[in-house]
Amino acid sequence: MSVSVQRADFDVGAEIAALSHGRNDVGAVASFVGLVRDVSGAAGVSAMTLEHYPGMTENALEEIVEEARDRWELLAVRVIHRYGRLEPGDRIVFVGVAGGHRGEAFEACEFIMDYLKTRAPFWKLEETPDGAHWVDARDSDDSAAARWDSPEKQR
Amino acid sequence: MNVKVLYFASLRDAVGRAEESFAVPSGVSTVAELRTFLADRGDNWSALAEGRNIRAARNQRMADPSDPVMPGDEIAFFPPVTGG
Repeated sequence: MSVSVQRADFDVGAEIAALSHGRNDVGAVASFVGLVRDVSGAAGVSAMTLEHYPGMTENALEEIVEEARDRWELLAVRVIHRYGRLEPGDRIVFVGVAGGHRGEAFEACEFIMDYLKTRAPFWKLEETPDGAHWVDARDSDDSAAARWDSPEKQR
Repeated sequence: MNVKVLYFASLRDAVGRAEESFAVPSGVSTVAELRTFLADRGDNWSALAEGRNIRAARNQRMADPSDPVMPGDEIAFFPPVTGG
């Protein structure tokens, strides 16, 4: 079970430990945790609701993990993304990658987040003092994902 | 040809419904043509009009506008994703 889309919170320490549990070939574990912030541009954010596309979201995340496994020699991968209503400080997403060395672990972790940002069907609805607003996609997310497309950047 | 169409996030709010199933008229054979057919209903569906930044999925995979629409397909329209 490398991918989970769930309403519940997750235990970061337990997830990191599980990536190398019972094996001694793991030399590096890199992880990323995304959190809800209380600001968005100039407005304060009191909460956000994450919507997803049940079925497609899980498949899209599985495909991103497969793509990462094609590009790097990875020993274990874990992706957890929450949905539903979350408040500032709450965890949204976890990506953990285990490899033989830090290089592939760092790179694959960043790759998975960059692709997740542009390819996994999630949408954020932010609650602010002005009312609820759907978050607009950012061009910087597209360019972050696109840098993995250019052949000279593939390692 | 019957298809199921889903709308998500801000597009669902604009259209005013999450899903609908209907018989597609002849002449609609691609994702782009389906989108045009829906946008041409006007009113709420003008949120799907050309120029709006809308993405599509066919049977739960990201789709290109030129992808075919086949009987029984599940076609989803939604704004660019904002997860993570």
